[in-house]
Amino acid sequence: MEKVFERPKSLSDIPLHYCPGCTHGIIHRLVAQAIDELGIEGKTVGVAPVGCAVFAYNYFECDMIEASHGRAPAVATGVKRALPENVVFTYQGDGDLAAIGTAETVHAASRGENITVIFVNNAIYGMTGGQMAPTTLEGQVTQTSPYGRDLKTQGHPVKVCELLSNTGGAAYLERVSVDSVPNIKKAKAAIKKAFQYQIEGRGFSLVEVLSTCPTNWGLSPEEAVKWLRENMIPFYPLGVYKDKGAENND
Amino acid sequence: MSEKVLMKGNEALAEAAIRSGCKMFFGYPITPQTELAAYMAKKMPKIDGVFLQAESEVAAINMVYGAASAGKRVMTSSSSPGVSLKQEGISYIAGSDLPCVIVNIVRGGPGLGGIQPAQSDYFQAVKGGGHGDYNLIVLAPSSIQEIVDIVHDAFDIADKYRMPVMIMGDGMLGQMMEPISFPDADEVKIPEKPYATNGTQLKRKKNIVNSLYIEPSELEKMVFERYERYKKVEENEVRVEEYKLDDAEYVIAAYGTIARVAKTAIEKLRADGVKVGLIRPITLWPFPKASFENVAGKVKGILTVEMSMGQMVEDVRLSVNGKCPVDFYGRTGGMIPTPDEICAALLKMKEGK
Ligand SMILES: Cc1ncc(C[n+]2csc(CCOP(=O)(O)OP(=O)(O)O)c2C)c(N)n1
Ligand code: SF4
Ligand SMILES: [Mg+2]
Repeated sequence: MEKVFERPKSLSDIPLHYCPGCTHGIIHRLVAQAIDELGIEGKTVGVAPVGCAVFAYNYFECDMIEASHGRAPAVATGVKRALPENVVFTYQGDGDLAAIGTAETVHAASRGENITVIFVNNAIYGMTGGQMAPTTLEGQVTQTSPYGRDLKTQGHPVKVCELLSNTGGAAYLERVSVDSVPNIKKAKAAIKKAFQYQIEGRGFSLVEVLSTCPTNWGLSPEEAVKWLRENMIPFYPLGVYKDKGAENND
Repeated sequence: MSEKVLMKGNEALAEAAIRSGCKMFFGYPITPQTELAAYMAKKMPKIDGVFLQAESEVAAINMVYGAASAGKRVMTSSSSPGVSLKQEGISYIAGSDLPCVIVNIVRGGPGLGGIQPAQSDYFQAVKGGGHGDYNLIVLAPSSIQEIVDIVHDAFDIADKYRMPVMIMGDGMLGQMMEPISFPDADEVKIPEKPYATNGTQLKRKKNIVNSLYIEPSELEKMVFERYERYKKVEENEVRVEEYKLDDAEYVIAAYGTIARVAKTAIEKLRADGVKVGLIRPITLWPFPKASFENVAGKVKGILTVEMSMGQMVEDVRLSVNGKCPVDFYGRTGGMIPTPDEICAALLKMKEGK
């Protein structure tokens, strides 16, 4: 009988530690599928963040490096400059990428560093127990915004794709979501395209994936998906923010 | 050895690194190490190497971490405020057992401090700097020829023990010009790096570069193993210059630039009949304890001279363990003790004042 669904080769055969219903797991599978389909497992080097995905170095079946909090794009830069023929990606949360690591992100993009960034935006610091993230929405209640995020004192949520779309070196930026099957399919295509762009040497590629954190949002997995759809997508519109391949002057 | 050439310390250091097989450099501008990075910027593109000016020292050291993970010989250089920013990355590099070379051309501190030569980062370099149980191998040359020779060895030692090596200099050493010759390039042998994350090519199991061990017993085991390696470094890699110790009644302890000034002071004192020798640690870690233990029972006192408020003096005291008096003389903030000041400090010690 033909198998219609199996674990991607690039995803290790060990249990993931993520909370039930957390969409980090889905995103892992999409990354592994992209690596499988492009046949780049043997030349891929991944960089794991500090955040809930810290153990990603155990989960992807390729060489992996664990970076310090926020520095994954700098670490990936070091690897890519050392090994231009390899495929190098980072997998980072919103605190990691858009707060402590903002400088590394913006400059890797500006340099057009030929790496791929998988950016998991769950509007919260998951690993440390649900503090306000740079991406936390206005009014969103977290451990450190207990009265709801107040724009006047706690500032505005950071829109990463919009911000990076102004950098000269970014070749491909897309925001996707994993809240529904059609959106998961689009997310998969985006991640694969981001890797494809790196293989073609086009420069910096980043896919922002809107993701759930049922545990720290205080919602069931089902409610969490609904919350993402109703609150995050309107504020963080899905779509392509930059695609050098589609520009006429490419 | 190559023919003699006249070079600035910072440039000689850069050239020596390239000749040692270092093809990757990541840095961020800061005085007084500027010429080093400028030299790399000029040279690296010509030899198919990488020079990258990072957005910060934090990013630069993490690029070093990435390149070292990939199995390359890699270097970064900075000066005190920038080296403070690198400490997080240095701790990760030590915790992941990766080799690299970090240069600190030390300037006066704390804070923004000044830009003149100093030795006030000794504690930071030798006693940690970043978080956790770890050591750097710290090399402190005192002439430009010694810089050249030490850089060559620094990469080898870093690879051999899979440790970050720091070269400590100061603005004086960095800016000064001296005639030097380079070791022959064919002496460069870069060892295999089976731990490197350079892609499995589907031929081996995946490699992981990591410093996270969530299970305390596992983390302890990793640290224990690392310290076994450190013990070997302490046994094999101590470097020290012992100068005129045979008949010495007093000893000056000094490293780097100020050791040269101390030698001038020693000649003056000897001309006046005061028998003084010098112990010059070349490795600040591992510290040449034995040299101090050996003289402790024989001499009347040791004067430690530093361009700081007194940092290495603590290691001198630990080494002699109360067996002889240890005095300290230092200037700081970019001020350099003169030979006369050193002579006066020694005579003061001699006269028991
Ligand atoms: C330098 C440093 N500061 C703080 C921390 C603590 N810390 C660990 S994970 C984390 C937040 C991670 O949040 P995010 O990047 O959004 O990832 P998520 O867990 O939500 O996937 C923080 C602050 C750390 N490990 N290192
Ligand atoms: S804390 Fe949130 S982001 Fe982290 S694993 Fe649990 S649900 Fe996922
Ligand atoms: Mg998060």
